[in-house]
Amino acid sequence: MFGTLISSVTVGAGGAASITFSSIPATYTDLTLVLSLRDTTTWAFTQISFNGVGGSSYTVRTLEGSGAAVTSRTSASTSAFDYPPIDKSSYTANTFSNVVVTIPNYAGSTNKTVSFDGVSENNATEAYAILGAGLFANTSAISSISIGHGSTFAQYSTAYLYGTLKGSGGATVA
Amino acid sequence: MALTKIVVNCETGVTEEIALTPAEIAELEAAQAQAQADQAARETEAARIQALKDSAKAKLIAGQALTAEEAALLIG
Repeated sequence: MFGTLISSVTVGAGGAASITFSSIPATYTDLTLVLSLRDTTTWAFTQISFNGVGGSSYTVRTLEGSGAAVTSRTSASTSAFDYPPIDKSSYTANTFSNVVVTIPNYAGSTNKTVSFDGVSENNATEAYAILGAGLFANTSAISSISIGHGSTFAQYSTAYLYGTLKGSGGATVA
Repeated sequence: MALTKIVVNCETGVTEEIALTPAEIAELEAAQAQAQADQAARETEAARIQALKDSAKAKLIAGQALTAEEAALLIG
């Protein structure tokens, strides 16, 4: 469904402050990042950044439902993409968020567009469903992706990175 | 708080757990504090909006005038 698996991470018993995929090959057309995340603290959102670049290179607009309200947010000129949801420690035990991040033309020489959709799981009022669309204002090919900032990922959190290759005639192949 | 970060090299397939530097730990702690402040602000704002919605609904039912803020919340 997402293409060829490039690499994957499963967080161990000690937890992890962040997850980074480095040396991403430039041989694919698009990337898909599939996340299943839980935090050991009070974070409800994680962050994603590329190539170790921070500063003010990221802009994202989200549509989100929290279970109690519907909100649209804009996070402009920030140091990472905000708002992919993560199950925080107070959520129902043993649940994880589900987030899919799509990065088309990641190896190109233009600014990069990114989209994500994600949900958190919680048997209570607060549970997020978020659509996000953003821009990484950087023309370098994406060779690394980092997830997490101020987060502490719980054991069994996972991150899977897939590559999709454009086929001849425009058909997509794995 | 976890004091390691996971880095996987997609070329070699090697996964490392790397200890955070003191600077990275300090950055994490600062980010954590900011996240807690942001969350508190979000919860406060959500409560404020819900209170406005409840007030607007009650006023509609009672045939009373809404404030401009209550009206904007209902119909933009």
